[in-house]
Amino acid sequence: MSKAAVVESSLPPDEVIDLKDPLVAAILAWLVPGMGHFYQGRTRKGVLFMVTILGTFFYGLFISEGRAVYASWVDGDKRLPYLCQVCVGLPALPALVQTYLVRNGREPLFGGVMSPPVDVAALNDLWKRLNRQLDLGTVYTMVAGLLNVLAIYDAYGGPVRLEPHEESPRKKEDDEPAESSGG
Amino acid sequence: MHPMLLPLAQVNLMWYSLPLIVAISLVYSATRHEQMQPILVHAARLGTMIVLFMTAILIGLALLSWWL
Repeated sequence: MSKAAVVESSLPPDEVIDLKDPLVAAILAWLVPGMGHFYQGRTRKGVLFMVTILGTFFYGLFISEGRAVYASWVDGDKRLPYLCQVCVGLPALPALVQTYLVRNGREPLFGGVMSPPVDVAALNDLWKRLNRQLDLGTVYTMVAGLLNVLAIYDAYGGPVRLEPHEESPRKKEDDEPAESSGG
Repeated sequence: MHPMLLPLAQVNLMWYSLPLIVAISLVYSATRHEQMQPILVHAARLGTMIVLFMTAILIGLALLSWWL
C-alpha cells in the first residue's frame, strides 16, 4: 500500500480517487485502453475509454481493410504513424509480428491484416487500391493512439482539474490587504 | 460544376469527422472530470465548439477558393 496514491486535493469527499499503484495502472491503461481504470475501480471511466478508443481504432482498421496499421522502417516506407498507433497498446502490437514475418520472407497471418507491403510496388498498389480509405484509417487509428495517451495519464495521475473556485487575482488581493500593503 | 458547389462534392467525406469529434470530446472531457454527468456536459460543449470552429474554417476556405 506504500506505493498507493490518492487524489483528494480540492475534491468533495465522495470524489476521492484511490489510484492504487499509478505505474501499474498506467501500464495496464497502455496495454488495453480502460484497463488501468478497471484496476483502480473506476469502472465507468474505464468503459468510456475502452469503448471510445478501441471503437475509433477498430473502425479505422475496418475502413482501411486492416492495412492502416503496420510497422515499417525501410527506405521509402518509414511508417511514422505507427508511433502514434502503438500507443493503443496490445491491439496494435500484431503489426510487429507481421513485420517480422514479412521481412523474413514468410506469409503474414490473419490474411495480411497489419502486415507491411513487401516492397515499394506493393505499397503503391495499396495506395491505388485503398486511396482515401487508407488515409482515413490512418487518421482514425492515430487519433485513437493519441487519445489513449490522455487515458494513460488519467490512470496515472487522476483527472486534470481546474481549481473549483478559481478566484481572480483582484479578489484575492481584496481578501488579504494587510500583508501586501505593509511595505 | 460551379466552383462554389465543389465543397458539396466532398460533403460525404466530412461525415467521417463526426465519430472522431465525439471520441475526442468524450475522452478529453473524461480526463477533466470523474463523474459521468460533468463529463457528458463538458463533452457536449467541447464537441459543439469543435464543430463550430471547423464550420467557420470550412466557410472561410470555401469563400477563399471561390474568390481565388
